[in-house]
Amino acid sequence: MTILANILVIFFIVAGLVFLAVAAIGVLRLPDLYTRAHAASKSSTLGVMCILLGVFFHFWLNENHFNPTILLGVLFLFITGPVGAHIMSRSSYIAGVKPWSGTVRDDLKLEIERMKKEQNIK
Amino acid sequence: MKTNDVIIQFTAKIVFFMIFFYAVHIFFAGHYTPGGGFVGGLVTASAIVLLIVAFDLKTVQTILPINYIYMVACGLILALGTAAFSMFTGKPFFTHFFDYFNLPILGKTSLHTAALFDLGVYLVVVGVTMTIIQTIGEDE
Repeated sequence: MTILANILVIFFIVAGLVFLAVAAIGVLRLPDLYTRAHAASKSSTLGVMCILLGVFFHFWLNENHFNPTILLGVLFLFITGPVGAHIMSRSSYIAGVKPWSGTVRDDLKLEIERMKKEQNIK
Repeated sequence: MKTNDVIIQFTAKIVFFMIFFYAVHIFFAGHYTPGGGFVGGLVTASAIVLLIVAFDLKTVQTILPINYIYMVACGLILALGTAAFSMFTGKPFFTHFFDYFNLPILGKTSLHTAALFDLGVYLVVVGVTMTIIQTIGEDE
């Protein structure tokens, strides 16, 4: 039983570490802000959630201590991580950060021009 | 330019309650585990700051019509009253009392007057933080 619990814990923590490493490599290698935000938000949120689940299972199965605060932390990260990335990407688009030169489709540009025309700006 | 901010407002509405109830948990867990009045007050203030970021200073003042300066005063009176209460019974200043009670739902509970002192600290921390942030935010 302890071996099964340890396999579960090690699986979750190793998966979380792999996702965090992928997020760091993505932030270094990707060309512009939006692709970096894509790498950093999605992968690191999943990585930290996996590590927290591993810690939760370790304390629950090995130490007999059920800690619901960790589950609340998983839920909180799941809600707030992507929303933070969304707000940062959107505000940097409106502030004028250009996408990568190989971008083929930009739907938000048309929408922002329409909103500017409706509100009589510029 | 006026843009839609539906996502952050909807998220703030949900996350506010999560942060606030976690702050209450930190406050009540302070006697036996890490936490207490100071951290609980700061977390509560950060939940209100999240609402201010997502909505507006005026909107949040209509949602939570609290004068935070009175809140600081209430907290100081509560802390001082808890500390001074033992002087009237002939004990030294800051002597605390505790006893075990059988509450209807919670069962055997130990109630301690240090929790009232901590409640004073909580109110002072929330009041001071929110006063600072509102005073800076109101400048135009």
